[in-house]
Amino acid sequence: MEIGLSHYLVLSTILFAIGLVGVMKRKNLLLLFFSTEILLNSVNIAFAAISHYYGDLTGQMFAFFVIAIAASEVAVGLGLLIVWHKRHNNIDLDTMSSMKG
Amino acid sequence: MFEAIAFYLFAFLTISMFYIVVTTQQALYALTALAAGMIFISAFFFILGADFLGAVQIIVYTGAVMALYAFGMMFFDTTRDVKEKQGNKFIIVGLSTLSAVLVVLIVSAPIVSDNIVALYPVVDGIGNTQEVGVVLFTKYLIPFEVAAVMLLVAMVAGIVLAGKKMDLSLTLMNDAEIRELNEEKNKKELS
Repeated sequence: MEIGLSHYLVLSTILFAIGLVGVMKRKNLLLLFFSTEILLNSVNIAFAAISHYYGDLTGQMFAFFVIAIAASEVAVGLGLLIVWHKRHNNIDLDTMSSMKG
Repeated sequence: MFEAIAFYLFAFLTISMFYIVVTTQQALYALTALAAGMIFISAFFFILGADFLGAVQIIVYTGAVMALYAFGMMFFDTTRDVKEKQGNKFIIVGLSTLSAVLVVLIVSAPIVSDNIVALYPVVDGIGNTQEVGVVLFTKYLIPFEVAAVMLLVAMVAGIVLAGKKMDLSLTLMNDAEIRELNEEKNKKELS
């Protein structure tokens, strides 16, 4: 049985859906970050598969830049999270409503 | 044949690991499952012939990002169960699946047309790492430099944000000093 491009795209869709469920369902901000990592990784799989089946390196290049962006997002996000936790002693999303009018 | 077996095996493993990440109540289980899922995803890159991308996936994600999360989790109380939002489950799952299908349609829409020409075609007989290096340092040099500047900015921001009051160590202070610190903190919160 031959594995084609559509197999990889379906797998990418399933992983993206799992990540989206996590983003909508999670209350804890740390686990919300985990879900965004899942989203970025599922897109990377799609990029690598398209790059392979079309013999083009552009997809892999995009995947590299996605990885770089994910790394910097984690650094800044975790720093903000630590500052928030020091000040309020929790990282629940529902408590972050200080800008509510 | 082997490609099909490997694909289905790693697809099953990746999906189950990420399912654990979004459903578990323990933050530590989520962290370890996410690290395992990242390594399983690199297997797809090796199957697809993107060797350098697979190596980068293992080094950056499981080496750097997961280590960063593990260090970050030392600040938080991870033994406590994670509370969940109580919403309508069918709406959440339905919306997620719908939007994921939409994303794939958007991504695969140009594939349907036949007039696609490879911009930087893969050449036989040259290793993947060499090809990636040549394309990255000729055609994508400016995005590469911009990404480097962005990583520098992120590093400085991380140090500035997380490094506040790092000189205070609760383990090196005696009890009186800690009590004094807590009283000061309470006074600040009350005022």
